[in-house]
Amino acid sequence: MTFKKIIIAATLTLSVAAAAFAEEPNKAPSASAAVTATAAGAPAVAAPGMTTPAPATAPATATPVKKKELKANKVITLSMFAVIIGITLCVVIWAAKQTKTASDFYAAGGGITGTQNGWAIAGDYMSAASFLGISGLISLYGYDGFMYSVGWLVAYITVLLIVAEPCRNAGKYTLGDILSFRTNPKPVRAVAAISTVAVSTFYLTAQMVGAGKLMALLVGVPYRTAIIGVGILMVGYVVFGGMTATTWVQIIKAGLLMSGAFLLSFLVMMKSGFSPFGFFNDIVNSPAIQDHVSKLVLKDGVTLSGIDAGQRFLEPGLFLKNPLDQISLGMALVLGTAGMPHILMRFFTVPTAQAARKSVIIAMFIIGGFYVLTTLLGFGAAINLTPQGIISVDKGGNMATLLLAQQLGADIAPVVGDLFLAFLCSVAFATILAVVSGLVLAASAAIAHDIYVNVIKDGHADQHEQVMAARVTSLVVGAIGIFIGLLAEKANVAHLVALAFAVAASGNLPVVVLSLFWRKFNTAGVISGLVVGTIASIGLVMVSPNMTYPKVVAAGAQKVIAAMEKKQAALPPGAQLEENDAKALVTAKADYEKNKDGTSMMGLEKPIMKLKNPGIFSIPLGFFAAILGTLLFPSRRSEEMFDELYVRQNTGLGMAKAVDH
Amino acid sequence: MAERQYDWKAIAKNPKFIELHHKKAVFLFGWWIFSSVYYFLLPLGAAYAPGLFKIKVIGAINFGYLFALSQFFVSWALALYYAHVANKDFDRLTRELVEELHL
Repeated sequence: MTFKKIIIAATLTLSVAAAAFAEEPNKAPSASAAVTATAAGAPAVAAPGMTTPAPATAPATATPVKKKELKANKVITLSMFAVIIGITLCVVIWAAKQTKTASDFYAAGGGITGTQNGWAIAGDYMSAASFLGISGLISLYGYDGFMYSVGWLVAYITVLLIVAEPCRNAGKYTLGDILSFRTNPKPVRAVAAISTVAVSTFYLTAQMVGAGKLMALLVGVPYRTAIIGVGILMVGYVVFGGMTATTWVQIIKAGLLMSGAFLLSFLVMMKSGFSPFGFFNDIVNSPAIQDHVSKLVLKDGVTLSGIDAGQRFLEPGLFLKNPLDQISLGMALVLGTAGMPHILMRFFTVPTAQAARKSVIIAMFIIGGFYVLTTLLGFGAAINLTPQGIISVDKGGNMATLLLAQQLGADIAPVVGDLFLAFLCSVAFATILAVVSGLVLAASAAIAHDIYVNVIKDGHADQHEQVMAARVTSLVVGAIGIFIGLLAEKANVAHLVALAFAVAASGNLPVVVLSLFWRKFNTAGVISGLVVGTIASIGLVMVSPNMTYPKVVAAGAQKVIAAMEKKQAALPPGAQLEENDAKALVTAKADYEKNKDGTSMMGLEKPIMKLKNPGIFSIPLGFFAAILGTLLFPSRRSEEMFDELYVRQNTGLGMAKAVDH
Repeated sequence: MAERQYDWKAIAKNPKFIELHHKKAVFLFGWWIFSSVYYFLLPLGAAYAPGLFKIKVIGAINFGYLFALSQFFVSWALALYYAHVANKDFDRLTRELVEELHL
């Protein structure tokens, strides 16, 4: 207990220290947050040109385009952060008292209700990328952003129909529990744990780097302080409170997120007189959106102007240009969500299959409702802030929701703007904490429960030892997460979320489905499916356009150099380029020199695979390998035990009791 | 608490169980395929039938927007329908099976 208190005190001290750091007059870097996996954004050279005022012919109602600024009030924002930290720490202290057995730690003793679990699933799933990134995409590219959001909800149909209830009935704490049921448990658990850790690490790294950059941008905390602060809180929640604390942090976050989204949507719709038709008319008639779209389509050699350009904003193809990539991503989402270890793990926290079913349905309404509101926020941001204004703050549009809160609040009263922005910043903060905690818990469960307890100790470990192992592992996993976050500051992490889904869809999902539904499936099938699916997804991403190809960077830099030199040549003799342009020229020259002879991490000059999302190849490969492995090395025992697993997963008979009363 | 021993092979051959798992399999995979096909019509349609997506239905609102929006409602409707069938049929069959086994 004293050990616990020391760590809690240390956590508090560090949060305070992080706050003190934030008070330094540190200029927040602009246009650098890479929150979304798809934040490809507009090329840097295009941004300055887009901020030119709307043409004079535009109707007088046009909002003059001015450089927007995201200014969070530090005192208010940090006090709200402190309130969130305070509340969650109380939850942790309460949860720590209840966490005595392994079942308490990994599955909250099976005592979470369906409704609570539904909120927690939603809180676990909706990351900062969906909260800020998708509304940003909609604000810059209209329809395509909306279309992108659909797959994130449809994914839950697979969870609901195929995995949730069977997993609740047949599993205990981890993916390894389900897979090892009728196979040779040691190798299967080991491989399942490796795949779980891989998926969680990819996802966690993307979240940590996004968190660091977001916090730096929002409250001016240095990147490193932000990572360490978030990391320590995350470790604190998981180590002491286990699944109970993680669940409640996720529930609180989902509640905050939905309140923020509702409130902001209400203000957006108020501007359009609560009429959907008025709202869409505002979109197509906005001169700023029309101007933005006509510049976007000009790159494809299409000339559009006026209301046609405005209407084009509601049509597909401004952002997502490769349908095959879309389908590939769609496959990874639809199958990957159901293979995500931190999502699967949530089903072990409810007592029955009925509760698992109810929790997915509640989660679907929350998640779907959120994405529908996101459309209002994205389009609302485009109408009220103009795409040009949003780009001037962040090229990827990630700040659109926050800017919108600031502006719509300030329209009521300046202090409301500050409060509202501070509230949404805290929602983003809570979002990060909730998602990373879930991931650390999933990775720790795989290492402590599968590898330590069941492989190393042959399942012979008493409750005390199991909980201790889980706590120590969470501490180590969290520390590694912080370390990776610190190292990856400058790394290209945008593809990691998509990679996590691809691995889950190609490695985990095929073997989960086949173990639950195919009589012949066996040890060889699990291992070959997991290994091939995982390696295929990672390998394909390594040779895809997601990686950095120095020659491509150099070519881009060359274009900037040419453009700037042309600009210089057009100036009257003796005149200098503007400061921004001169800086861009220097940076571009340095980039060109650094990259002109380089190759990618894999030694490639350009990507071998054209798609950013490997799912369309790696998912069939994962299934194929799992089936082939099974047929090559048949096992009678696995076949004989199928009846037991099949009856269990369908009926819940003999279910591993989470609570032993 | 002693684990109750079940004769899994016998249960697997029980007509009630066969009825349950057959009904479930047909329902679950059938609707899963339906929902996947419906979802992939969205990216496919956006890419290969842009003309259809551009058709204005009400005011500025076009078919593409309504179709994307319909994805949410179809998913929700399917979820509720599944809950209804599962609560009514699957859970009842499971209960009946369990009662029969305890006799």
